[in-house]
Amino acid sequence: MTGGAGTTAVRLSGLDKAFGPVEALSGIDLEVAGGEFVSLIGPSGCGKSTLLRVVADLEKPTAGTVEVGGKTAERARLDQDYGIAFQQAGLLEWRTVAENVELPLQVHGVARAERRKRAGELLELVGLADFAGSRPGQLSGGMQQRVAIARALAPSPKLLLMDEPFGALDEMTRERMQAELLRIIGETGAAVLFVTHSIPEAAVLSDRVVVMSARPGRITDVIDGCRPRGGAALAGQGVDGAEVVADEVDDVRESTAFFASITAVREALRKGHG
Amino acid sequence: MTSLLRVWPPIALGVLGLVLWELVVRLAGVPAFLLPAPSAIGAAIGQQFPVLLSTAGVTGANSLVGLVAGFLLGVVLALLAAWSRLLRELTTPVVLAASAVPIVALAPVFTTMFGSTTELPRRLVVTIVVLVPVFVSTARGLRQVAPVHDELMTALAASPWQRARFVRLPGAVPHIMTGLRLAAPAAVIAAVVAEYFGGLQNGLGSRVSSAAANTAYARAWAFVAASIVLGLLFHLAGLLAERLVSRGRT
Repeated sequence: MTGGAGTTAVRLSGLDKAFGPVEALSGIDLEVAGGEFVSLIGPSGCGKSTLLRVVADLEKPTAGTVEVGGKTAERARLDQDYGIAFQQAGLLEWRTVAENVELPLQVHGVARAERRKRAGELLELVGLADFAGSRPGQLSGGMQQRVAIARALAPSPKLLLMDEPFGALDEMTRERMQAELLRIIGETGAAVLFVTHSIPEAAVLSDRVVVMSARPGRITDVIDGCRPRGGAALAGQGVDGAEVVADEVDDVRESTAFFASITAVREALRKGHG
Repeated sequence: MTSLLRVWPPIALGVLGLVLWELVVRLAGVPAFLLPAPSAIGAAIGQQFPVLLSTAGVTGANSLVGLVAGFLLGVVLALLAAWSRLLRELTTPVVLAASAVPIVALAPVFTTMFGSTTELPRRLVVTIVVLVPVFVSTARGLRQVAPVHDELMTALAASPWQRARFVRLPGAVPHIMTGLRLAAPAAVIAAVVAEYFGGLQNGLGSRVSSAAANTAYARAWAFVAASIVLGLLFHLAGLLAERLVSRGRT
């Protein structure tokens, strides 16, 4: 694992964010360890997307400090220390799939041959090697989202920020993508901050689920998730990682720990709401 | 087969129109200065064919040079306007004002300014005529950036130039091509009409006016016909360019 256990991927302390008179976030303290998968869940308007955008330096906090890999959020953005994926894949439709994956590297001046090579590896990783020369418009929604994830991973970030990346997908595709994501980040060792609406999604993917409530947006609870860890470790050793992780995720979805997590998150959400 | 079916009705209509035209002129004895018969115009085209070609070449070259210059200028100005608020507020009203001015009216002024022995005045008129639609449609295309692409480029710490090169400009290409398609036939109209106001006597427009002045009506119509063909060629070229570019993108 290259994520580096022991290092801190994200550290937020005393974070406030207001849009005019509206308090979007209030008194947020949160740490994400290297290689850790943390989900943010809560009702609409609880500021979970805003929180992610503050970490990405797409919004400036009103008060408090943001550290990303030990740097300021702005420095981390300028150094391309994180990869980001949105609910919309947001691919550039005039570029091929491979060229879309290369975009972050192109922006940072990586030489063409090296970009090509890296894009090839990443498309292999997300299982789309055969579509390198296709246009995004020829791909299904799930495939486009996989391209977006490959693009987010292009600069080999230690941190992946994901804002409801599977929100627009159907349930079947969504479950397959969850297993895919676990395998991919298992291989890359990246930490993940993951915004979602779905309780089962948060439970199956996360090491920790951060539950938030609205008006003002704040953290009300942190619950242990059920992220399977075994298969990812095997994946590097010539085993078919995809198969192993998919089986593991299926096992998790039927385990009592999974249902316990779901119940705990649901109760925390209800408590925060009342 | 289907394209053939779509093409022949307008052709048949055109032929029918010419026959009717011929009949009306002959039977009603319409005087030539009012309307020469198609047969007389056809004969004039046959007689003048080498001159038609060379004058069409001159006017076509003026249209093309002006089209390219106006196109490049329009795209660059629109890029600058998208880039800087100050430049946007400076350029937009000027270009929109230019669209309200009857630009061919500038032709005699340009001829006086630059002399009557150069093609420059006509090319300038064409440039300005082309500039307006290209600027307007390019500016519209550049403004329509998907919010998710904008966010992505911010997250990637892209410079303003990289944003323009990777997102804004390629995203605006369909709009730019629409501007070019609209501007292409207008370029020929501007080049022909600009010649009516003096200067060199080597293009289609100057031949139309001098033939008309010399009561050679069928000859004047022959040059009008050549202007129409030239305009159609530019129109088709613009259409083809737009189709090719949009097909390469999906």
